[in-house]
Amino acid sequence: MKKPAILTLAGLTKRFGDVVANDAIDLTLQHGEVLALLGENGAGKTTLMNMLFGHYTPDAGYVEIVGEDGVAKRLPAGNAQAAIDARIGMVHQHFTLAENLSALDNILLGSESLWGLRRNRRAARAKIEGLMQESGLIAPLDEKIGALSVGERQRVEILKALFHDARVLVLDEPTAVLTPQEADSLFLALRKMVLNGLSVIFISHKLHEVLAFSDRIAVLRHGKKVGELVTADADNTQIATLMVGEETALPERETCEVGAPVLELSGVTVQRENARNSLNNLSLCLNAGEIVGVAGVSGNGQSALAQLISGLTRPDSGTIALAGDVVVAPTPKGMIKARVGRIPEDRHHDGVVGSMTVAENLVLERLGDNDVQRHGFLRKGAISDHADDLIKAYDVRGPGAQARAALLSGGNIQKLILARVLEKEPLVILANQPTRGLDFGAAGEVARRLMEARKRGAGVVLISEDLDEVLSLADRIVVMHDGELIEAGTRDRAAIGLLMAGQAA
Amino acid sequence: MMIEPRGGISKRMQMAIPVIAAFVALALAALPLAFAGAPIFPAYWEMFNGVFGSMFSFTEMLTRATPLIFTGLAAALAFKARLWNIGAEGQLYLGAMGAVAVGTGLVDGPAILMIPLVMLAGAGAGAAGMLGPAILKTRFGADEVVTSLLLNFIILIFVQMMLEGPLKDPMSMGWPQSEPILDNAALPRLSDVLPSQITIMDRMRIHSGLIVALIAAVVAQIALSKTTWGFKIRAVGENAAAARHAGIGVNRTLLGVACISGALAGLAGVSEVAGLKGYLTTDLSPGYGYSGIVVAMLAGLSPIGVVIAALYVASVFVGADSMSRAMGVSSFLADLVVSLSLISVLVGGFFARYRIRFTGKAGSPS
Repeated sequence: MKKPAILTLAGLTKRFGDVVANDAIDLTLQHGEVLALLGENGAGKTTLMNMLFGHYTPDAGYVEIVGEDGVAKRLPAGNAQAAIDARIGMVHQHFTLAENLSALDNILLGSESLWGLRRNRRAARAKIEGLMQESGLIAPLDEKIGALSVGERQRVEILKALFHDARVLVLDEPTAVLTPQEADSLFLALRKMVLNGLSVIFISHKLHEVLAFSDRIAVLRHGKKVGELVTADADNTQIATLMVGEETALPERETCEVGAPVLELSGVTVQRENARNSLNNLSLCLNAGEIVGVAGVSGNGQSALAQLISGLTRPDSGTIALAGDVVVAPTPKGMIKARVGRIPEDRHHDGVVGSMTVAENLVLERLGDNDVQRHGFLRKGAISDHADDLIKAYDVRGPGAQARAALLSGGNIQKLILARVLEKEPLVILANQPTRGLDFGAAGEVARRLMEARKRGAGVVLISEDLDEVLSLADRIVVMHDGELIEAGTRDRAAIGLLMAGQAA
Repeated sequence: MMIEPRGGISKRMQMAIPVIAAFVALALAALPLAFAGAPIFPAYWEMFNGVFGSMFSFTEMLTRATPLIFTGLAAALAFKARLWNIGAEGQLYLGAMGAVAVGTGLVDGPAILMIPLVMLAGAGAGAAGMLGPAILKTRFGADEVVTSLLLNFIILIFVQMMLEGPLKDPMSMGWPQSEPILDNAALPRLSDVLPSQITIMDRMRIHSGLIVALIAAVVAQIALSKTTWGFKIRAVGENAAAARHAGIGVNRTLLGVACISGALAGLAGVSEVAGLKGYLTTDLSPGYGYSGIVVAMLAGLSPIGVVIAALYVASVFVGADSMSRAMGVSSFLADLVVSLSLISVLVGGFFARYRIRFTGKAGSPS
């Protein structure tokens, strides 16, 4: 049964310099369907949606939308207002809400005339309440956005699009910040709205939710559309193959001899004004040869835990012990010396100095070593040779050792950091969101390296929002919620999801 | 219209930008020059002649460039670490005061001891002048732009107070000026040091401060590019978060840079007072501290570049003086040319990093 098309993208092409981000992409959205746009990072999903929404001007191709009168109309290129007028709504991955305004004000923002003397808020509120009833997306309208949870904020974003009578709704990675339960209820709501005539495109790279909730799937790879299939006939491996172009195997799990404790946190409390950066009487024991996965929704104290192990924060109370020795005043330098390898969450911000060379970044943590300097003078030749070796060993692809690190792609910057961390054979490895934003290939490489380090006898703390990653890599899973760690004691998704939401299973 | 980043900038391009900018600045300055009623080409010829027309005028330019090299280096090193030292003017006066304090009779000895002592005192005083704002920044997060800038005025008033009080020369017939620097503490004139074939005139005021400045530039260049200390400065300046994460002592690096930067600005004061003027007054510097910032920016924060930029700025100043005498136009034109050069370099740097594409009718930016 073929439904009528509501939106057509024809031959859309976008180049950035020499890079072709989108190469002649054709895509049709049918009336009242959920189309999943699937692809690795950098496949061109967001670029495509930005052209649809008029944020980018395509180099070739056009967007056509069927109006309520049934007449197809071409949208002028690069005009965001035209997209809004055509009632295309977009919910960005990073919300565009004003934190100091109420949810209601945020929804109304931009819809009221500057010259109107009276605000017809009662009618607006009635309309929004009607939408909430209809869709099941409930949000507290009078609370300030700053006080809302991430899930609630997202609902406000969607309500905002619906309030503007969106006929086509585009969601960019809507579940990236949600617990599994929140994600489920979001998709249920979307289903309801689709029945009421909405058409939805959602961008994702999570296979299971795409399979569960979409009608059709379009797969992008390297800026090209490589496949389009009906969800009912699709299966996991088929889509994964389309996405990556080749079979990806999860890293072999070998059972590993678990050794003595290498990192012990006991009763650590870190009190900060912001609850997101606080730790609450937290204890953790990490043994040699195991990977402990820290699951949890972001903002529950993960960054505080990472800062603590990195030596960037001192605990207000409680102790940190490395291989049995209590660290009195942790500093980054001290932690590096005690052979703690740290992979930071924000690799661009904390991991590399972008304007310095790859070779320089590879010795950033060991400036004092004798093969890096002699009497305070840098040994440029040795540094360069060292870089060539590591680049080869860790397959860091880019313009070479003497190029600025900022010229590398995200995946290769992560490989650079891995090389820097792992070459010192650390006893403890802190991997904070190590595969966030990486494509399958690079993510697999990171996972393989971590497994390798574990086999060598290192203990790994893996902090990740991606439950699938935690499940596939970790020997033991703990869940972080509200600055506390809870031993999960299970590998059941639903049970872990409940713990992540702060409910004991 | 769209602004897109270019891939990389070639070394040649980087070198060419300031040169082109200098000529663009002169071309732009021709406009007000014409308004002032001066014939443009003869005026610029006078300007050129005022610097390169005679050995004397050339050495005058070098004399003027000497403090600019010091203050330019002070700004360049600090800015490399993203430490915005706007207080070189005050540190210059502190340096001069340090030199005067020990060089006017407090201690006495042979020149070989006195000259290093005077320089050390000046450098130390200058370093102390920047250490304060740097400590406030690292301890309390106080913006060093504000603190170091405002300190300039406090220091100048303090100098005034000292010149009216303890440092006042009793023989100065009431003028607020210090006692003269002892002969064996003064930086020797180049005419006394160099073989007589080169120094054809006795009137030349050029002194060995220039040699010290050139050495400082070379040392700074080597320190920045070849030592771990320079590595740390660059890392802290380019990405302090990553540097901190990698175990580099960010605050320690900043405090170290503050000391060196202040010391260099202090040496500018020593060089002026012990090499040129001989005694301290409150008009020792016509804003060398501030011009040093311009010099550092023109040089793209490269120490060797600072030398070239200082020569350029000094040439404009000396040349414009000569032009204003010959043509009867205001010598403020020099400030105009220097400012236009800086703007041209900044604009040129922008165009080197980005290209602007006109794409016809384009949508609103996201």
